[in-house]
Amino acid sequence: MLIRTLPELGHFALILALAMAVLQAIVPLWGAATRRPLWMAFAQPMAWGQFLFLVFAYLSLTASFALDDFSVAYVANNSNSLLPWYYKLSAVWGSHEGSVLLWVLILSGWSFAVSLFSQRLPRDMLARVLGVMGWISSGFLLFILLTSNPFERLLPDVPTDGADLNPLLQDFGLIVHPPMLYMGYVGFSVVFAFAMAALLGGRLDAAWTRWARPWTNVAWAFLTMGIALGSWWAYYELGWGGWWFWDPVENASLLPWLAGTALIHSLAVTEKRGTFKNWTVLLAIFTFSLSLLGTFLVRSGVLSSVHAFANDPSRGTFILALLGVTVGLSLAIFALRAPRVQSLAGFGWLSRDSLLLINNIVLVVMTVTVLLGTIYPLLLDALGLGKISVGPPYFNALFVPLTALLCLFMGLGPLARWKRMPGRELARRLGGAAIVAMVVAAVLPLLYGGSFSLGVTLGLLLALWLALSLARDIVDKTRRGRLGGLKKLTLAYWGMVLGHLGLAVTIVGVAMVSHYNIERNVRLAPGQHVEVGGYQFAMTDFRERSGPNYTADTATIEVTRPGRASFTMQPEKRFYVASGMPMTDVALRPGLFSDLYVALGEKLDNGDWSLRIQLKPFVRWLWLGALMMAAGGILAVIDRRYRRVPRRSAAVRTHESIPPGAGARGDIS
Amino acid sequence: MTRRLLLLIPLLLFAALVVFLYRGLAKDPAARDSALLARDFPAFNLTTLDDPNRTLDRSLLKGQVTLVNVWGEWCPTCKQEMPQLLALADRGVRLVGVDYKDTRENGRQFLDEFGDPFEVSLFDPEGTLGFDLGVYGAPESFLVDAEGVIRYHHTGYITPQDVEDVILPEVNKWQP
Repeated sequence: MLIRTLPELGHFALILALAMAVLQAIVPLWGAATRRPLWMAFAQPMAWGQFLFLVFAYLSLTASFALDDFSVAYVANNSNSLLPWYYKLSAVWGSHEGSVLLWVLILSGWSFAVSLFSQRLPRDMLARVLGVMGWISSGFLLFILLTSNPFERLLPDVPTDGADLNPLLQDFGLIVHPPMLYMGYVGFSVVFAFAMAALLGGRLDAAWTRWARPWTNVAWAFLTMGIALGSWWAYYELGWGGWWFWDPVENASLLPWLAGTALIHSLAVTEKRGTFKNWTVLLAIFTFSLSLLGTFLVRSGVLSSVHAFANDPSRGTFILALLGVTVGLSLAIFALRAPRVQSLAGFGWLSRDSLLLINNIVLVVMTVTVLLGTIYPLLLDALGLGKISVGPPYFNALFVPLTALLCLFMGLGPLARWKRMPGRELARRLGGAAIVAMVVAAVLPLLYGGSFSLGVTLGLLLALWLALSLARDIVDKTRRGRLGGLKKLTLAYWGMVLGHLGLAVTIVGVAMVSHYNIERNVRLAPGQHVEVGGYQFAMTDFRERSGPNYTADTATIEVTRPGRASFTMQPEKRFYVASGMPMTDVALRPGLFSDLYVALGEKLDNGDWSLRIQLKPFVRWLWLGALMMAAGGILAVIDRRYRRVPRRSAAVRTHESIPPGAGARGDIS
Repeated sequence: MTRRLLLLIPLLLFAALVVFLYRGLAKDPAARDSALLARDFPAFNLTTLDDPNRTLDRSLLKGQVTLVNVWGEWCPTCKQEMPQLLALADRGVRLVGVDYKDTRENGRQFLDEFGDPFEVSLFDPEGTLGFDLGVYGAPESFLVDAEGVIRYHHTGYITPQDVEDVILPEVNKWQP
């Protein structure tokens, strides 16, 4: 009967993990402060033990789902005996308690990884990093145990069946989106811990940035993927073809991404040039704080959102306290310990340093813009100034020009040298790219859409500017060394190229789908057809069918286009039996240059059905670009530089003076 | 010393943010403007969604308990709320819609596609009525009694559970 007690064992494992997290938080930090090697060495075994027990707790909850143990309240609320097995496994993070458990599991996974891969780190540094992560982990484990226990039983009245998982979440998107997003969110705790460790140790040189950079890149790549998956999921699952809503919860994931993007660039400057030190530390704190703030906004229910979670004031208060303590403490330590000395290395007003500074400022302004828009209703309400709704118009009006500004400087950055860059040379190298980008961007919309559109032209201009200036840089770099030149370019450089190109691709997607989207609401009965955007849609069949835990009305639509083979699409309207919820299951015909999107609407009075038919040009580019950005981040990490790691050079690097021009051959990543 | 004080700025800004968030937490968005309760429904003079030449005013709400629902085509959550509103209309509740910050064309398309539970929809493109109601998003619903007094305010999405547990009991409670 051991299996019947799994939830209790899981609960017990959580308590043990908390005990270890507390020890991990206190002992190594104390050891580092008093220089006791044994105490410092305590950090790793505690991180391992904590990870082990959390894996056990997580597996016991998963087992309860797999075994349909509806005596566990969380399982009863979020599963059903008819639910397919893969959704049972992913339903573990389908609601509040389980997703917090996943959060902590991933956090301890990162700690575990740090303790494995950072053996070269000085002992006290490693002890401090893991100690800081222990604090975060303790806070969240307390949060679970005190307010959100996923193992709570429903005794003695055990339900015979579960209430079922929210139908919106019964999808491949749920399987992949939250874990990716959490890997990103939580991953920023590593760079936060490194920054805090550097502050606590009083060694705010450039060394910590070198160690922290690969971790930051990986977390950033995961977050990029997580956001893209969320957007893709919303696109096909919610049934109206939007891909970004400026919803508070989406913004909550965008905030750390923007700050994290600024951070990976600022880390580069600090590592290469030893400047921006305080700024980088502050950004590391901000990025992780915004991850925590996102968690708070989502979990507390202070803002209403499509991502409805049970809203419980005690949980909100707890997370706010956690946020307050973590961020308040780290900012206080920053205020007390940040070095007073100005960085010595100066730089000209036009240089890679100055361009990266501008990039950072623009990204921070973007972050603040989104943050303000997200919490504006809260601020005004608290001040008693009335209630104002902030919607897509606000965000679009500010975000588009800021992105344009960002791209303008992004085109210049990779070609500029550290310290000083003659403006004339920059103009000579990039003048061609600018002219070509302008001409093509003005003409292309005329060829594609037949009419001039300012939005599309702006989008194409920015994307071409980014792509052409990178191309120019690659040509310049390889010309001198002939073919050998290509080999000299590091993986980190290619990572940068891929990341920047990814943004260009995403911008093309945004511009095209926003302006050339075709949308028609039609009514159809079997045997009828309509024409939309050069395609003919004919409803050939209509039937009812039943799935494992739902019944569905399915329309069969034959799509033809002159001169092409026809194909069928089957949009559905599903009715989930256990929860009584209707769902639209969209029929999609994806394509690199255009998606066909058909959603079944309501049944009309005379027996016709309303259908929403959409043509979405270039919508795939949105996510393709994000994929490229994430791949760029990963590519930069597997650069040999980080695996070689002679420790000496990391320490010495800060004092190196780089002759003007020498940096131009290097890379920012 | 002044530089050290400058380093405190982020901490102070953050402290201010926490204060706001804490107050936001105390003000549960679903309970927020009880100030409107027991007040007359604000005066308005708006055209209907279907007919730009037909204007209606507050007298529309007199004589019968009415659920006024603020919606918009741009509002994703409203689409999910429609089945519940249709169910309420089926159960005999009188519904009046306010198409908030929308275009006529989009609003009509929305009702064609997702169904129309409303006896009539007011067209509020500038958001004037929404402003008087203190709406900061959609959907929001106001239950108005036969005297035209606001008796219940529901912020956000009416869930299938809310239909049975909250809305219908409130409707019955205020029947004349």
